[in-house]
Amino acid sequence: MKIDRRSFLGLGLGAAAGIALSPVGVKLTDDSSIWTQNWPWTPVPEDGEITYDRSVCSLCPGACGISVRKINGRPVKIEGLDDHPINNGGACLHGIAGLQYLYDPARIKTPLKKNGNKFEKISWDEAISLVAGKLGEIRESGTPESLGLISGADNGSMAQLFRRFMDAFGSPNTYTMPSLESNLALTAAALHSADRSLGFDIDHSDFILSFGAAIIEGWGSPVACIQANASRHERKAKLVQVDYRLSNTANAADKIIAVKPGTEADLALGLCAVLLAKTKIAKDSLSGDVNKLAFSAMLEKEYTSDKVEAITGVKAADVEALAMAFIKAKAPVAVPGKGRGDVGQSLREFAAVQALNALAGRLNKEGGVFVMWPAGYLKFPENVMDDTAEQGAGKAKLAGSVTELVDKLEKDGGLSALFIYNANPCYALNNTEKVKAAMDKVGFKVSFSSFMDETALKSDVILPASIFLERLEDVVSGAGLAKTVVGLCRPMVKPVFDTKHPGDTLILLAQAMGDSIAEGFSWDSYEACLEEVTGDIWDTLSDDGYVVIDDKPPVGTPVTDFTFLSSAPKIDVPMGEGDFTLVPVDKMRLAGGSMISSPFAVKTVSDTVLSGKYSVVEINPATAGALKDGDVAVLKTAMGTVKVKIGLNEGIMAGVIGMPRGLGHTFNNPYVAGKGVNVNDLIGPVIEPGSGLDAAFGIKATLSKA
Amino acid sequence: MIENKKVHKFGMVIDLDKCTGCGACMVSCMSENNVPFKEDESNKKDSITWMRVYKLTNGKSFPETEIVYLPRPCQHCGGIGDHGHSPCVSVCPATATDYGYDTGIVSQIYTRCFGCRYCMGACPYHARYFNWWDPKWPEGMEKYLSPNVSPRMRGVVEKCSFCYHRYQLAREQAIVEDREIEEMEYQTACTTACPAGAIVFGDLNNPAHKVHQIVKPDPHPDPMNHKVVGKSRNPKVFRLLERLGTNPKVYYMSEREWVRKAGDNYLKGEWENVKTHHGASSSHG
Repeated sequence: MKIDRRSFLGLGLGAAAGIALSPVGVKLTDDSSIWTQNWPWTPVPEDGEITYDRSVCSLCPGACGISVRKINGRPVKIEGLDDHPINNGGACLHGIAGLQYLYDPARIKTPLKKNGNKFEKISWDEAISLVAGKLGEIRESGTPESLGLISGADNGSMAQLFRRFMDAFGSPNTYTMPSLESNLALTAAALHSADRSLGFDIDHSDFILSFGAAIIEGWGSPVACIQANASRHERKAKLVQVDYRLSNTANAADKIIAVKPGTEADLALGLCAVLLAKTKIAKDSLSGDVNKLAFSAMLEKEYTSDKVEAITGVKAADVEALAMAFIKAKAPVAVPGKGRGDVGQSLREFAAVQALNALAGRLNKEGGVFVMWPAGYLKFPENVMDDTAEQGAGKAKLAGSVTELVDKLEKDGGLSALFIYNANPCYALNNTEKVKAAMDKVGFKVSFSSFMDETALKSDVILPASIFLERLEDVVSGAGLAKTVVGLCRPMVKPVFDTKHPGDTLILLAQAMGDSIAEGFSWDSYEACLEEVTGDIWDTLSDDGYVVIDDKPPVGTPVTDFTFLSSAPKIDVPMGEGDFTLVPVDKMRLAGGSMISSPFAVKTVSDTVLSGKYSVVEINPATAGALKDGDVAVLKTAMGTVKVKIGLNEGIMAGVIGMPRGLGHTFNNPYVAGKGVNVNDLIGPVIEPGSGLDAAFGIKATLSKA
Repeated sequence: MIENKKVHKFGMVIDLDKCTGCGACMVSCMSENNVPFKEDESNKKDSITWMRVYKLTNGKSFPETEIVYLPRPCQHCGGIGDHGHSPCVSVCPATATDYGYDTGIVSQIYTRCFGCRYCMGACPYHARYFNWWDPKWPEGMEKYLSPNVSPRMRGVVEKCSFCYHRYQLAREQAIVEDREIEEMEYQTACTTACPAGAIVFGDLNNPAHKVHQIVKPDPHPDPMNHKVVGKSRNPKVFRLLERLGTNPKVYYMSEREWVRKAGDNYLKGEWENVKTHHGASSSHG
């Protein structure tokens, strides 16, 4: 057959049509997908009815309301609870990742007893009788005060239940980890009166002067603070951030006042001096206050704007302008507590900032700072104390703070047993080597941890605690908020592992101890205890999920006592030698303190913070010398030497090295541990006289190429 | 009979002046959509994050430095002229990715994908991710997986779907009750999580929705560049690489000029021209 042009075109068209209509192409792509998609195990999540349950997150002191979405009763997602008085629908990434904590393989799945260097599984009965036996021996030897307790938060019924146990046992040695709340309580005690706290009405302030407070990165109640910041634009409220690096909060601020690290208190006192010299309000506001003359004389002499400029690096004219801008605002508030306000704080700094609020007449005013009463909604029945308890509990405490306790234990011991609840001092305190050595001096350590963290690893017996998604508990807001809300944390699932509510554990333990201790803990369960002690508010709490105790400014103006500030000693920090000052940096995406980040949280961390196994440190390019971005360098302080990666960053003051906090965990969990360095390992504690706080905000360091 | 139902065009506005970079959107997205995690996620080139928060800086030294956090989900491009030929859809040989003409959402059908990754090459926003490994959850952690989103297998590309399963749930409810979906009924996981309220989500075609009110999208093609449709008439609002004509449905908002300028790589002098004619001119090259 002759192929002419027409039939050639016809053949071409026919072939094209044939290819287009042939199933071969589709078949090939289908085959390719089958061949490429070989999955040995395909998870098929079970489907079912969707329900939503309300609870409260207690991962941090924020006390946010959460909504848990469940499929056939199985929780699949955590979100912020709409219309909740604390977080109003918002959530932070740690809370949203809550289900990863629930199923975390690093959780402690049964009670454990240490045998040599290894833990062995024991039953709950064995564990309770083992601990009760040891404690019984201590009591019989007549030294009940040698039982210590280190716990996290100091509010809510669980804190009171632990204290009740310590009282009934006969020990005054209860300690709480340093936190924003404990620091604010100390400030209130030094300046106003004991048993109070401070709440900052950031929501209603039109001029927020933050002394390094990481309002966005987790200061106070994190979601509430982020929302207060987000509403600033609509409220036309200004945020002025005193800082030495461009934190997320500084970045969001209208103005940054760059100060040398560690001189925040001096700036605050400098502002106080300007107010006293130039405004009538400050002079008048001092009437009736204690020791105001000595304070004002001290300011006049030591804190002239020129002197403040020399100390802080803030120009004298700027100090004066800032003070006047502050006093001229309608509702200004000064916020203390750099970073998250927990470790590395001095009472002098907190008190200086609070003095500024007092002088500006901002106490107990809307948009100012509230000197708050504790939320007195808990009514425990009278404790039962025998003679041993009365004697032991009446003795003096071993130390004034947990940092002092560590110091004392490391040097000369003093505790024969220690309870650790909701705390991870072997990670969260400065100079962790020393904390671990102190732990070794304690004969018998009982941990109530949920996770095999650094401190649990040091313990002799672990009585594993159910986590917040498995337990009932009252959760009180605090954390610098100007309102008090009690939320009810409810069990969303049955305990996944063989864990117990620590309240139930404590009741079992008390009952196993017998005698007067058992009498004071005669409840059938923690649930029964909670229902009894919350009395008046229980019905509302269990129906609505929360009760707003107080959200108005307290009545009257409290008296301010300036005695501490008139004579507050300056501490020579940072210690050691070196061209750089190393400071820890709080990051929103990394949990700090005793809380451990979830795998999701670690995943979101930028590669300018964590790179492989290395922590990345922030350095201003102007001071990095020959070091280039991404170089591995040796960082040396008086406490230790580590390798880090260099992250050149214009957003940090020259001469300062910023190292992220929350990395360098050392337990067995490849998703969250073994990454970077724990900055606390590199910083030595500096105890502030008069407060016992660890005031080491940083340390001198050297940096050289590896 | 085919009813002339109103066509949705779901989109998002992210206020970069409100975003604090907290990362709640990223984690909310991951836990909503069964996104896995690995032991080391610090190499961001192979880390799967449907929603990723980038950090931009003005490059000045402290204390003049400014940072902006830019959350980047899939941009759900409408393609040249907003005709639905988004860059990834046009190149997919397996029809594994598709454009929803009734929603404006770009989908990804995992069982069809055979991992050629043309779409990843075509996406100017790096919004698509390839599964180099089968995801593994530590023992017991698979218990929190949601049945509404398929877990993905090795060898496929995945990306943000604007939480399409949430749309399906809301749509089914609305169909049962014989009504239209309301604005707050369908919201993505990142939007609901954002504690700063920086993300707004809704129907760009619906004048009652907040996204429409903020963006005020221009329904006509840009006279200077006919590829561009739906440009914002709000001078503070911009899209990423807008002049390419991919017509994303994710809009960004900022008061600051340097931030708006960071939405594209402008040649010297070019920005001045674009800026002064904002909303009218956006010719490329």
